[in-house]
Amino acid sequence: MALSQEQKSSKGFASRPRFYDEMTSAGGEVRSHYQGYVKWFDGIPADRMARKRHEADALFHRSGITFAVYGDEAGAERLIPFDVIPRIIPAQEWSALATGLRQRVKALNAFIRDIYHDQEILKAGLIPAEQVLANAQYRPEMQGVDVPGDIYAAIAGVDIVRAGEGEFYVLEDNLRVPSGVSYMIENRKMMMRLFPELFARNRVAPVEHYPDLLLDTLRAVAPKGVLDPTVVVLTPGSFNSAYFEHAFLAQQMGVELVEGRDLFVRNEQVFMRTTQGPRRVDVIYRRIDDDFLDPLAFRPDSMLGVPGLLSAYRAGNVTLSNAIGTGVADDKSIYPYVPDMVRFYLGEKPVLNNVPTYMLRKADDLAYVLEHLPELVVKEVHGAGGYGMLVGPASTAAQIEDFRARILLNPEKYIAQPTLALSTCPTFVDSGIAPRHLDLRPFVLSGNEVRFVPGGLTRVALKEGSLVVNSSQGGGTKDTWVLEE
Amino acid sequence: MLSRTADHIYWMARYIERAENLARMLDVNNRMSLMPQSEHEVERLWLATLDSIGLLEAYQQRYDEVSARNVVHFMALDRKNLGSIYSCLRLARENAHAVRGTLTAELWETINATWLKLREYQLDPLDADELDAFFEWVKLRSHQFRGVSFATMMRDEANCFLRLGTFIERADNTARILDVKYSFIEEAPRRDEAGEYYQWSALLHSVSAFEIYRKVYRDLIVPSRVAELLILDPSMPRSLAYCSSEVCNFLDIVANQRSRETLRRAGELASGLRYGRIDDVLEAGLHAYLTRFIERINDLGNRIASDFLLPITG
Repeated sequence: MALSQEQKSSKGFASRPRFYDEMTSAGGEVRSHYQGYVKWFDGIPADRMARKRHEADALFHRSGITFAVYGDEAGAERLIPFDVIPRIIPAQEWSALATGLRQRVKALNAFIRDIYHDQEILKAGLIPAEQVLANAQYRPEMQGVDVPGDIYAAIAGVDIVRAGEGEFYVLEDNLRVPSGVSYMIENRKMMMRLFPELFARNRVAPVEHYPDLLLDTLRAVAPKGVLDPTVVVLTPGSFNSAYFEHAFLAQQMGVELVEGRDLFVRNEQVFMRTTQGPRRVDVIYRRIDDDFLDPLAFRPDSMLGVPGLLSAYRAGNVTLSNAIGTGVADDKSIYPYVPDMVRFYLGEKPVLNNVPTYMLRKADDLAYVLEHLPELVVKEVHGAGGYGMLVGPASTAAQIEDFRARILLNPEKYIAQPTLALSTCPTFVDSGIAPRHLDLRPFVLSGNEVRFVPGGLTRVALKEGSLVVNSSQGGGTKDTWVLEE
Repeated sequence: MLSRTADHIYWMARYIERAENLARMLDVNNRMSLMPQSEHEVERLWLATLDSIGLLEAYQQRYDEVSARNVVHFMALDRKNLGSIYSCLRLARENAHAVRGTLTAELWETINATWLKLREYQLDPLDADELDAFFEWVKLRSHQFRGVSFATMMRDEANCFLRLGTFIERADNTARILDVKYSFIEEAPRRDEAGEYYQWSALLHSVSAFEIYRKVYRDLIVPSRVAELLILDPSMPRSLAYCSSEVCNFLDIVANQRSRETLRRAGELASGLRYGRIDDVLEAGLHAYLTRFIERINDLGNRIASDFLLPITG
């Protein structure tokens, strides 16, 4: 009998992956850190697995762990597809990643402090000044403002992909309001509920204490002299797509979840309206973009913000986490310089790789990119959420030509990168189990020290061959295990 | 706690309670309309019911004909009617969603599961023989909401505002049910003893008071005693006296610098009920008495809103 290309090493897992697979080596061997899992999986009857997957959906629905869908009927909510096959990272690999993350986030915080103070990095000529100062995300209001502990991005979500053995790349540093951490925790809870025996057999590093670390971090960046700071989470409201997460984090930290209309500013101090009268607020974990924070300072039409918040902030009477103006450091046009920042501020060799990036405002890069569009990924400099991008190898000739025309109109709005062969992991899909591409978003907290829980949120592209993992583009998630030795 | 949070919790509880009382009212009317009587009588019953909850005009704009089928649909599952059971449970869920972090996971899931199930009902219109089960379901979900909140929530401010919402709404609803039934029976064109018995027992059933009545009075069903039970009995959980006294208790716990006058008015109302006599009430006219009560309960609701829920501070 001829062997099919996808010969089965165990029930359902492909034996000779086309890409680097987290579970199976190129030679078809189950990697050592997955062996315990695969052995367990092979012992589970298919109908039990199907039942468990169904149960997971029902539980997520009942508990309302959903995200709101914009433009849909008011109140429409969707589940983010959850895949029950975990993504496993061996402790050793995680510890290398952790070193790199710590280094990278420190450098990014140093960079933000620098550009809002003396701008040494611009004076040193490492980054063209207009790249920073003319950037829409640069906030002149922050020039000369000191923030507690010099921490600007207390919460960072760094998107990492793997292209091969030990070959990790940072795709994006999310330093504004990165989301997804609640799914990391809920996915773990769900896995423990569905398959408790797995956790008895494998030493999976816990992640559920993230809210504790977050609260500790937020208290650490309180204004100077405040001994017992009152922390709140500021949400745009229950119709925001990430509202579940805002409510979840506030509840888990035991702090109030506030909307802009719950707060007011008097004498450059921030108060919330309570049933017992006004109460002072010291630290705001805000899940609202800069533009909407204060209608007096930014967008005057914002209904989400708090009039006068910027003045209280600049006076040092309240901490905003993340700080205003961090977006300038995670902008795609600044991204190529992050390794330089590590060398400049820390004097260290960067641990994590950047993806080589072509900046289309440069004539040479533009010429090269236009010639190689079918091989490249092109992104809008200010885009996010997987919108406004071209994945060359996955696009038709017509789509490529269409995108070419858009690039030529405004080349400076784009960057391009080689298409990485993202690693895959076996995933349940309609036709059974198949390898799907994934990424990893660890959440890095900076307070008195840099801390995180092992792992992060694994997002998986559910469409065959797709490299776009965003939930807004039909991506799913997996539980992420860092296996202790 | 945040005023807005208290507001959402208070309204969540009010809407759940309102949905339950609507189910009770519809259930009993639906049964009554099956009794041998003229078509005109049935129509009069439904019109009085719609009028008592302020939905007569909205109904008449949508329907030409008054029939049990139309009115039940309008008040149970019509999503365009903001006073329907459907809308009440939707609004309860929206309020809960806005403060889900403040609720216990069990309480939130109870409300969310109710909403998810209700949406299935919406897809599949009810047949006459399914109405009983539907009203029963609404009542059960409301009982579950109360049970879960009782068993899982801290006895803190959130709990107080939840109970305030429940008792303000229930006091209002009991008063309206009693008012509409009492006048309906009293104004009947033709007295009919057997018919009246069923009317009164239906009223008692609708507020879970039939067995209580028997136990308390060990007697025939007499209108003045029905009124006494539903208005003045201090231990009947749906009576005006009981609800007012609970409102008073919870207001006392959450009192702030602004709420003195509200507490005083609540105390005055509760004492009047506690020491009142049914003969005096009936002599002054039950309808007038209940109308005044509803005004006073709504005044308390407004005062709670301005003292605690929507404070104007700057």
